Amino acid sequence: MKIDGKTHAFGDKIDTDLLSPGAYMKGPINEMAKHCLEAVDPDFTNRAEPGDIVTAGFEFGTGSSREQAASCLILNGIGCVLARSFARIFYRNALNLGLPVMVCPTAHEIAPGTRLTVDPLAGTATEEGGRVHYCEPIPERLMDMVAAGGLIPYLEKTRIT
Amino acid sequence: MTAPATLTEKIMARAAGKDRVSAGEIVTVDVDLAMIHDSGGPRRVKPMLEQLGATVWDPEKVVVVSDHFVPAVDVESAQILDLTRKWARETQVRRFFDMKGICHVVLPENGLIQPGMMAVGGDSHSCTGGAWGAVMVGIGATDMLGVLVTGEIWLRVPSTVRYSCTGSLPPGVSAKDIMLHLCATVDPVSMNYRVAEYAGPAVEAMEMSERMTLCNMSAELGAKTGIIAPDSTTHEWLERVGAGVGERELQGDPDAEIESEVVIDTPNLAPQVAAPHSPANTHDVTDSIGTRVSQAYIGACTGAKLNDLHMAARVLKGRKVADDVRLLLAPASTKITAEATRDGTLEILTEAGAILLPSGCGACAGMGAGILADGEVCIASTSRNFQGRMGSANAEVWLASPYTVAAAAVAGEIADPRDMLT
Repeated sequence: MKIDGKTHAFGDKIDTDLLSPGAYMKGPINEMAKHCLEAVDPDFTNRAEPGDIVTAGFEFGTGSSREQAASCLILNGIGCVLARSFARIFYRNALNLGLPVMVCPTAHEIAPGTRLTVDPLAGTATEEGGRVHYCEPIPERLMDMVAAGGLIPYLEKTRIT
Repeated sequence: MTAPATLTEKIMARAAGKDRVSAGEIVTVDVDLAMIHDSGGPRRVKPMLEQLGATVWDPEKVVVVSDHFVPAVDVESAQILDLTRKWARETQVRRFFDMKGICHVVLPENGLIQPGMMAVGGDSHSCTGGAWGAVMVGIGATDMLGVLVTGEIWLRVPSTVRYSCTGSLPPGVSAKDIMLHLCATVDPVSMNYRVAEYAGPAVEAMEMSERMTLCNMSAELGAKTGIIAPDSTTHEWLERVGAGVGERELQGDPDAEIESEVVIDTPNLAPQVAAPHSPANTHDVTDSIGTRVSQAYIGACTGAKLNDLHMAARVLKGRKVADDVRLLLAPASTKITAEATRDGTLEILTEAGAILLPSGCGACAGMGAGILADGEVCIASTSRNFQGRMGSANAEVWLASPYTVAAAAVAGEIADPRDMLT
């Protein structure tokens, strides 16, 4: 599984209220997804296209345990997040929901709008111009779950009934 | 003889059925207690359980708390609460707390967090349970589904960073100030996957509600969880709520290897205030004096326990809230409201002009009463001041202790509570 897309760049501490604003928690998730990241980038949901990649600094996904933070990115078509570090609950939630996320120490050096090819098993993110960014790869067993679309579809597929 | 181990390693080893585990190792542990609430709980896991045709492994080890959408303010929240009630009944979860208060406070009030427990909670502030010498970690809804079906979860054993608080807290300074200070001085990336262990004379002298604040804000510190060694104060709480100490209690070995130790000069700590939009933007209160506020909020699992109300009362006794400020008070549980009524605290607070709100996550999570308009400034005893969390993305939330929130309510602007203690 590889992801090809253009990047949307964000800074440090992109928290769960920026990703999935609390005011929309009780409504349908599709409605909340329209407000994903609007407080820091009002045009994000308009620009995002299927397969696009979010790059960010430290502590991506810090804050709440709400899975909607990852769901809102997925619903906006985001295919992968590369950040210099992740909050641990967000990291687990994203993989459980089928969103590949990788720690990439040079994520902040990738210019917004760069076309990128990400290989989660190899742990690489290659710019169209050729520069390779090295990330912490996602282990094969976990990638099986991610590629299936997350834990629930994976269990449905693999469980012996 | 096994090698020395930290308290966290010992608890996780016991839960993993191993003689010992080491920091960095990934282990599968048996879960002693799984807590879910109305927001991330039944409404999220019910469809997943149905999709898989699976059932809850042990309803006796599951606790359900309705605290996020309470009381219902519209049909959507009423439906969520109704679904939560029905699910708890159908699943035969006996420990269902419907509008009794915030989960992290309601669990220990009912003696459900025992020393030595391996627990998980479907909320990022589940680390609060560490105050009882338990390992309790926050997880998302899909991870929780795995726990509810299997009773197990895989976790990485965290290394320990010890925060040693010297001496004792000066007047007008609290556990909240320690945590805000740490949020500003500790690189959160350095705490990723670590457990924050709080120790030292200042922690030993703290009552449980202050220890809860330390462990609670371990989430803001970027830690996996927080923990404090159980002692006679822990035992007194458990005896008082009629729970007893249980048989799982463990202590870390004094010579166990830890990753690092941070010493906090507690006696010289000033009241702290976090500017918008991150707890890391914390400075001494003296740097922010004069900042006008429109709302003061005493609420949330972090800042509306009985002891927090006592702190606010020490400032508000015989004083009045400024004319152009609204002071909102949402005690963290109905039990706390009752206790504060009995001991006279509530009278002091309402005489000063505090507006009493229902117990629940409320405005802290941007869900209940007390959210903000564009351009408004709130000072809150809560744990997070993320942009847009308490309403408008163009509002400001400043974080402080209940002393400092109360002082700002009286002055109409951020003020030093040490000048106002009664």
